[in-house]
Amino acid sequence: MRAYLPAYHAEVPGSLRAALETMAREPGVWTPLAGGTDIMVLLAAGRLPPGKYLSIRGLPELSGIREEQGAVVLGALTTYREVRRSAMLGRRYPMLCLAAAASGAAAIQNRGTLGGNIVNGSPAADTPPALLCYDAELELISMATVRRVPYDGFHTGYKTMDLRPGELVRSVRLPARAEGAGALHYYRKVGTRSAQAISKVVFAALGSMEGGRVRACRIALGSVAPTVLRCRRTEGVVTGLPLDPARRREAAAVLRTEIAPIDDIRSTRAYRERVARNLLDDFLARLAATGGPGD
Amino acid sequence: MGPTCVGQGVPRKEGEAKVAGRAAYVDDLRLPGMLHGVTVRSTAARGRILAVGFGDGIPWDELVVVTARDVPGVNHVTLLDTDQPCLADGVVNHWDEPVVLLAHADRHLLEEARRRVHVEVEPLPAVLTIEDSLECRTVVWGKDNVFADYRVERGDPDGARRAAVHVVVGVYRTGAQEQLYIETQGVIAVPEPEGGISVHGSMQCPYYVQKALGPILGLPPERVRVVQTVTGGGFGGKEEYPSMIAAHAALLARKARRPVKLVYDREEDIQATTKRHPSRTWHRTAVDAEGRLLAMEVDFVIDGGAYKTLSPVVLSRGLIHSTGPYRCENVRLRGRAVATSAPPHGAFRGFGAPQSIFAVERHLDRVARDLGLDPVELRRRNFLHRGDRTAVGQEVREEPDMEGLMEKALEESDYRARRVACRRARERPGETVRRGVGLAAFYHGSGFTGSGEVHLASVASLECGPEGRVEVQASSTEIGQGTSTILAQITAGALGVDYRLVEVAPPDTDRVPDSGPTVASRTCMVVGRLVERCAGQALEVLRAEGLLPGGGHDDAQFVEACRVWCARHGPLRTHARYEPPPGIRWDPERFQGDAYGAYSWAVYVARVAVDTLTWETRVEDLVAVQEVGRAVHPLLAAGQVEGGVAQGVGFALYEKVVWRGGRVANARMTDYVMPTSEDAPPIRVHFVERPYAHGPSGAKGLGELPMDGPAPAIIAAVEDATGAALDSVPLLPEDLMVAMEGVIESR
Repeated sequence: MRAYLPAYHAEVPGSLRAALETMAREPGVWTPLAGGTDIMVLLAAGRLPPGKYLSIRGLPELSGIREEQGAVVLGALTTYREVRRSAMLGRRYPMLCLAAAASGAAAIQNRGTLGGNIVNGSPAADTPPALLCYDAELELISMATVRRVPYDGFHTGYKTMDLRPGELVRSVRLPARAEGAGALHYYRKVGTRSAQAISKVVFAALGSMEGGRVRACRIALGSVAPTVLRCRRTEGVVTGLPLDPARRREAAAVLRTEIAPIDDIRSTRAYRERVARNLLDDFLARLAATGGPGD
Repeated sequence: MGPTCVGQGVPRKEGEAKVAGRAAYVDDLRLPGMLHGVTVRSTAARGRILAVGFGDGIPWDELVVVTARDVPGVNHVTLLDTDQPCLADGVVNHWDEPVVLLAHADRHLLEEARRRVHVEVEPLPAVLTIEDSLECRTVVWGKDNVFADYRVERGDPDGARRAAVHVVVGVYRTGAQEQLYIETQGVIAVPEPEGGISVHGSMQCPYYVQKALGPILGLPPERVRVVQTVTGGGFGGKEEYPSMIAAHAALLARKARRPVKLVYDREEDIQATTKRHPSRTWHRTAVDAEGRLLAMEVDFVIDGGAYKTLSPVVLSRGLIHSTGPYRCENVRLRGRAVATSAPPHGAFRGFGAPQSIFAVERHLDRVARDLGLDPVELRRRNFLHRGDRTAVGQEVREEPDMEGLMEKALEESDYRARRVACRRARERPGETVRRGVGLAAFYHGSGFTGSGEVHLASVASLECGPEGRVEVQASSTEIGQGTSTILAQITAGALGVDYRLVEVAPPDTDRVPDSGPTVASRTCMVVGRLVERCAGQALEVLRAEGLLPGGGHDDAQFVEACRVWCARHGPLRTHARYEPPPGIRWDPERFQGDAYGAYSWAVYVARVAVDTLTWETRVEDLVAVQEVGRAVHPLLAAGQVEGGVAQGVGFALYEKVVWRGGRVANARMTDYVMPTSEDAPPIRVHFVERPYAHGPSGAKGLGELPMDGPAPAIIAAVEDATGAALDSVPLLPEDLMVAMEGVIESR
């Protein structure tokens, strides 16, 4: 433990309202602490900025998974374990369950939360690419406001996001899906080892075919840019069109311009770029093989 | 005589305490008045220390501060040389070199204080690679950056090469590897009356610590007491480094006049302590048309880091193993350990051999490929047999039967059928996963190299008390590998009594004799033999006194005999000192002779799957067949093999130390990627037992052997799967991508 503990102040509010009041009194001062799977690591390493922390773990208003008019609403404190074990999510949003199962290992999955994974803002986070493919929305709450924003666009830069002082993520909303039962859900986490890995590339894609053409396609990646990234231009290359090899090559070329991977201690720019293109191509090849109705 | 427990899976002596959580590791211990210590380290690879500043906001008068000026004796940690300072004085020669020590009762304040000590360094040019060191444009050690330079020559390698049909050249590399014992380095030093000191800590070699501490503190050995606490793994990482951390704790304790605990966290442990020596090996091999080895030339270089530490002995073991278990009459070997500006590299399971064995096994695969020969057949044609001589001229006295081991490994792994099936599968279009198989054949010398054991002259003793309780006394440490259990088994077996009657004394330099360090696969074979002799002497004494019948006894008779003996004479004590097996000779000048008393022999086969989309390699199966004499405790022995293989998988495919300007940039287990249990293959362990005449109950050394084989077998399998020429480890997906695709075009 390298942190100087007297430099840290933590409080445990009894309710969501108490938490929001505390944050409203001193906007921008309090950092919410949920599962702590990143914050506690930084604390032990002596790299957590000293300041005030609000432990919201266990607040019932931020917990639980429920269905609501066809959509699914996940409380921000839903743990990876809860996601992983939900049969309903496994049926409807399988990539989210795969992402939760690929995060850390059992101990991390017991504590880590979906909301924490989002506001921690890591471009290498495992669940956000799946959320992007499922067109997730976030419900943000403060003492003064409740607002709903699309998740795509929430991250504005490396570790920056559209979250106002005094605001918490209340829930993550997954809309009903329109792709139909034949859709291909394709999720790959590339992290060298099988568990306890920080991603080098996360690739999530969702697609369906109709009459030999791509009916719908969403592609999102992690660890290849300052934020997790929905790759709309790449999607545009294939949507509505047949997936011949030339089209697949064009998609890979466009993907290359959409991502901006870097060299760091975990991997190289070249590797991340090549793996992203390979996985895209593999996804498209498998998607083409599904054919789809009317084929 | 009751049934012997040797060869049985008896419960571990310390197992229950560990499982129940009663075992007290050093960080569990709290002594009255104890302070905590921390180390302030250099922030440059090399340079002159201009000033040490103590920043504002810290009550410095409350802290104990130790610098090189506070060292009462010599300021170096004695090992093979005296070049490594205990605390840097004037200059620093690597990142994270210790400069200032601090102690205080409040650990949190201490951490804040550590951040506010500024060591100002004027940088000097650093040497970061083996090539830079050999070029010698910057000299960081001695006259030429060379810690040791050994040469071996037998026969006429030049003549043999000129007459050869094929000459194959290759260069092979291995990287640094962190030991990653579960328990990080830690000690508590306690000031004793009249200036003495005692040190309790996590370590492999209590007497090494005692020998290092005396000169630093200006104390005779008898005033320095070293006690091993329950130790959570070592793998060589706690061979030499504990002397350093113990000296630091002792200096703080001496100045504070209070006990001081110094325990590293994982980051400091990875950044500052030793790792496996990186290596570069050049091979030039001449073969005839049938693939027989006519001449082998090897140039083996290891990166020793900034100070000599143990590098020359790591080098000698590596060099001796550099031609593998093969017969070749014409040999020229050169080995160098060179200085760089890295923190000193040190002992790690295998001690140079995994590096040189990786090189020779990969090189033989290259020879086979160039000749169009099957790698199995090439090896079969060249294995050592009884009566042959090794590269250093040691006569092989017992038939190793490498063919038998190889055949067993091929059968168990279904190698031949798999090789064909993998090849066929690779030809199917659209397949993104490619599979391959590979093997490695190797041997590993048990015990210290050359005349090391004779110089050590280890001693163990035995004490039989009035209730028939037997205590084994040795400084050999239980570090998770089973020392306590097997020494008790060997003793019980030799005494012909129940295993439960025998206990092993905790290593404490005030209580146990120096049975040598717990290293070099020597504990079972060498120290086990000493305790076996002690037991034999005890039986003789009791028989001579007429207390035991000559033909055998039961436990009750033994207990009664001890009771009577102790009543007459006090406790029965016996001791034994090392004696080399007959006919063993080593010439250190010519680097010729019997390098080791015995060798263990092995063949490992790996099967891998390579995902060509991500270049990730998964080891799907690993068959480990070895001959280690007799397995004293088959379950523990299999555990040693499984652990060694897992470490070998890490060495081959996962564990890469990222160096930035001489500093470890990925000093966290998040970023230094060791394999998890999910990544480890099924490890199928087979022992072929051939009792060794001079080992206890026929046992030879085992601990290091399983570290040698996995990397070459796995990389051979990846080569089989991909067709890429692969000559270095670790082979991460990024490296395999480059090897398979050449230089990746930049955008």
